[in-house]
Parts: sequence; structure tokens; C-alpha cells
Amino acid sequence: MTVTAYLILASVLFTIGATTVLVRRNAIVMFMGVELMLNAANLAFLAFSRMYGTLDGQLAAFFVMVVAAAEVVVGLAIIVSLFRTRRTVSVDDESLMRH
Amino acid sequence: MMFHQSILNTDATGIAIEWDRLAPVLIVLGAAVVAVLVEAFVPRKARRPVQIILSILAVVASGLMTLMMALAPSDYISNTVAGVAVNLDPAALYIQLAVATSALLGLLVIADRTVQGEDAFTPQAASVPGSEYEDQARRAGLVQTDVYPLVLFATGGMMLFPVAGDLLTMFVALEVLSLPLYLLSGMARHRRLLSQEASLKYFLLGAFASAFFLFGSAWVFGATGSLNLYVIAGSMTELGMDPILLVGVILICVGLFFKVGAVPFHSWTPDVYQGAPTPITGFMAACTKIAAFGALLRVLYSVVPSLKVDLKPALWTVAILTMVLGTVVGVVQQDVKRMLAYSAIAHAGFILSGLVTFTTDGLTGSLFYLFTYGVATVGGFGVIALIREVDGEGHMRGEATALDQWRGLGRRSPVLAGAFSCFLLTFAGIPLTSGFVGKFAVFSAAFGDGAWALGLTGLACSAVAAFFYFRVIVVMFFSGEPAQPARGGLGIGVRTNGLTQVAITVALALTLVLGVVPGWFLDFTQSLSYFIMP
Repeated sequence: MTVTAYLILASVLFTIGATTVLVRRNAIVMFMGVELMLNAANLAFLAFSRMYGTLDGQLAAFFVMVVAAAEVVVGLAIIVSLFRTRRTVSVDDESLMRH
Repeated sequence: MMFHQSILNTDATGIAIEWDRLAPVLIVLGAAVVAVLVEAFVPRKARRPVQIILSILAVVASGLMTLMMALAPSDYISNTVAGVAVNLDPAALYIQLAVATSALLGLLVIADRTVQGEDAFTPQAASVPGSEYEDQARRAGLVQTDVYPLVLFATGGMMLFPVAGDLLTMFVALEVLSLPLYLLSGMARHRRLLSQEASLKYFLLGAFASAFFLFGSAWVFGATGSLNLYVIAGSMTELGMDPILLVGVILICVGLFFKVGAVPFHSWTPDVYQGAPTPITGFMAACTKIAAFGALLRVLYSVVPSLKVDLKPALWTVAILTMVLGTVVGVVQQDVKRMLAYSAIAHAGFILSGLVTFTTDGLTGSLFYLFTYGVATVGGFGVIALIREVDGEGHMRGEATALDQWRGLGRRSPVLAGAFSCFLLTFAGIPLTSGFVGKFAVFSAAFGDGAWALGLTGLACSAVAAFFYFRVIVVMFFSGEPAQPARGGLGIGVRTNGLTQVAITVALALTLVLGVVPGWFLDFTQSLSYFIMP
């Protein structure tokens, strides 16, 4: 397979992730969409890294994995505390702030 | 190929670390780690004073180091700090100085508490609002001290963000500054539901934007074979309008526009500013904006100058939309924090209109504007943090942020109302305040560059924005008691340990001094208004 195939896959995954964030209303599922976007970026990094034959892209992927793990910790903490208060994780339910 | 210089310096025995040049970032991050240990090992009673002293000392030390370097930039500027991971440009030094100044003032507001010993943060962030557990924590007199390490980590990220030399460092700095802020937004003592909602919205949208930034970095890496900014800039002159490169740059800009709160990526700003604890709002509004503009400046001025002709129309559109939307929607707001949030959006537009000219004048104007805006913002939110609701029995409650509750504040708390009026005047850009000098510098740069559309929109928006700032002044000083009592009772200045007052006084002094005699500071700004070119 050529690099192009991986790049197309990465773009498709990124688009699915972004659409999930925009369309779904469950905070956990939206968060999964974000994780999918980060992993799409990782795939693109790896494909390009392979194309150039350097290690920079692989290095980037490792950093992204660590950052994504930290993001899960923070994100789930926020979502869980909100769930315990409201018994729902839907982002549509009673937005308290007026526009 | 010469351009494909790797981050991994495999043949070198080791990368030289310039400790002195990295000190401002390392001091703050080191203190943050120590603060985590303080949380674990220092007895509960001593924790709060230890944390406050540690964090203030760290930010002061870091600020002084930056000031020392900014006064003799030629001795310190370097684009090969820590390998090639950090570029210490003069303009980035200035941004670091501005972040340290605003962070110090913000920390004073955060550390303050009322004479009853109530700070702005919930004693147990994990407790369910209104539960027995929360009540017990409050009665036991627990104090939230996790705030200080979080603020230090965020400040460290903000100090690193504008000096990052490659896209990976920039991404890590972006996350180091953002993750603590998501948590801090959810820790308000009063109105906890609102605060948690702000936290969730900020987190989801922030993570969404960083994913765009990262995906953009991947494409730029694909087009140029490197993550290093100078290498990318070099390849850009060779490649020109390469579609992969252009897509990457645009996605990176989307991530950065989100952080500065530019339209159409501004939607988080009002909710987060309103819901977060007020001292955190002040800290975040000032420091995040400065740091994010620092990173945006670096990308626009040292990476993509060869594409500036192609990018200008898009950047102009964003700047104009940001100014117009912030101003127009700000006019109808009935909540003081929310109004300042829309004002923050409008200000992002004013700053953008200076920097998209790609001239030295525009850069100087934007940098000066950022510094003065940051200081005034911390001061303004400091005042809001002090104006509280009082219920029938005279108990203090949460902040009184509805505009109705501010009626007649000029009679109840004349000093605070006066200080807030000065901050509003500087936001409006009235002469003899620093805001006027900043606006003048930015718009004259826009006109000088022939960007008439930008300059005229900016002037029109400033005029409209002045209306809603003056409305608050009128409400505070010239309107009687409301016919129906405001919901939650009228706001009144609360007595505290005095740290916020110190921050407000310093912010006010800087605002007026830089408004009356701005020359020396403009010269200082101009002396740092450039990026080193490879």
C-alpha cells in the first residue's frame, strides 16, 4: 500500500471524529470523537514519517499518545463530576447560561 | 537534504541546554511540581500559606528573569535553545514578560479571600453540589489548595507556548496550559452547576480545537518533512502554494484562533468566562489570550510570511468578523462577566487587525495592546470578584454579576466602582488610558498599511463598544435603586484580606501610567518587535 492510502484513511477517521463531536449530544461520545481525531493525526504522522524515513513523526505520535492519556484523565473527571450532579451526560439538557 | 534536519540529534553526544534562557519556563514548571509535593506532604493548616508564597515567588522570579533578558535582548536571543525546541525571539520574550505580569496579578486575586475566610473555590471539587458531603467539607473548613499547582502548570505552559521552536513543543505547551484551565473553570464555590457546565464546554471545545491543531501539524510535517518552524519556513519559500501545506497551515490557525477567541471559533468564550470562578476568568482571559497571540504571531511572522499575500484575505475576514460580532452581541448583554467576554472577543479582533498587517508598526501595536489589555482585564475581573450579593440576613453569597445588581454601586462602594470605571474607559479606548494608546497604535498601523477596511471597521466597532462600557458606568453612578429589587439582592463590595486590592491598584496604576506617558514603554515594545529570521 502506498502512503496515500494511509493518508486517505487518516482523513476519513478525522472527519468521522469531527462529525461525531458536532452531531452527537452525549459528552462521552463527543469525547470519543476527539480521541478519534487525535488518532487520525497519529496515523498521518506515522505515514509521513515512513515516507521520509525519519523518526520525527513517530516521536510526535508518542507525545500525542501521552497528551491524549492526560486529556482522558481531565476529561473523564469533568464528565463524571457533571454526571453525579445531573444524572445525565447530554450536553443539550438545560444549558444554564443564556445567550 | 539540508532542510530535513531532525529533532532527534542522533550524532550529537548530547544536546546543550541553555539553562539561563529556559529559566523563566523551568522555574514556573519546577515550582508547580514542588507545589504538588506540598499538597501531599505539608500539614493541612500550613498548606495554603506555603502554596501562596511558593507560587508568587515562582512567578516573580520567572518574571524578573524575563525582564532581565528583555532589557538586553541581544545577549539572549537564540533560535537553538534546547536543541532546536525553543526559539527565544525578542517578540516572544516580550510575550513571556506580559504573561508573567498578568499571571502575578491574577495569582493575587486568586489567593485572596474574604475576612470570613472564604475564597472563590469550592472546598471539595469532587463533591456533588448541594450534597451532605459538600456541606461537611465546608463546615470542616477545608480549603482548596490544588488551585495553586494548577495555576502554575498553566502559567508554565503559557510561558512555553510563544517560544516553542517546533510544532510538537507548541502542541505540548498548548495542552499544558489548557488542561489545568479546564479543571480550574469547574471549581467555583458558588453557582457550582454553572461552573461545571463551563468546565465541560471548555474541555470539549478545547480538545476539539487542539485536535485540529495537531492534524494541521501532521499535514505540515507531511509537506515539509520537518516539525521545526524554521525548516518549515524554509521549505515554504521553495514549495509555495502547496495544497497539503496550505491545508496544514489553515488547520493550525484554526486551533490558534480558538485559543485567542476569534470568530468563528469564539463560541466557548461567553459561557466559560461567565461560569468559571471570577479570579480564574481574569487569569485565563488575560494570560491565555496573550500566550495564544504569542503563538499565533510566531506562526504568522516566522513561518508563513511567504504565504502572507494568500492568507491576508482570510485573516482580514476573521479580524473584521471578530470585531463586529464581539461588539454587536456585547451590546445586549445583561451580565457583567458575559459582557466582558464579548468585549474580549472584540479586543481579539482589534489585536488581530494590527498583526495581520505584517508590518513592524502593526507588531508593536499588537504587542503593546496585549500587555495593557491583559493587565486591565485582570484588574477588571478582580473588581467583579469583590462585588458580592448580600441576602436579607446580611450573609455574603456569590458574586453579583447581573447588571441590575450593579445599580447605584457608585454610592455603596465608590472606590471599587471608580476603579472599574477606569478599566471600562481603557477597554473603550478613551484618551489618557493605555487602551487608547494601544488602539491608536493598532489602527494607525492598519491605515498605514492601506488596510482601510480593517481600520474603519475597528473605529466603528470601538465607537459602538464604548456605548456598552459607558452604560455600565451610568448604571453604577447615575441610576437610582431599581423599581423591583434585583434578583439575588444588590451587589456590594466585600471586605477581604487585601490581595485583590493590591492587584487592582497595580493594574490601575499601569493602565493610567501607560496611558499618560506611553512613550518609553512603546519604545521598549518596539525594541522587541521582531522575530529572528533563520
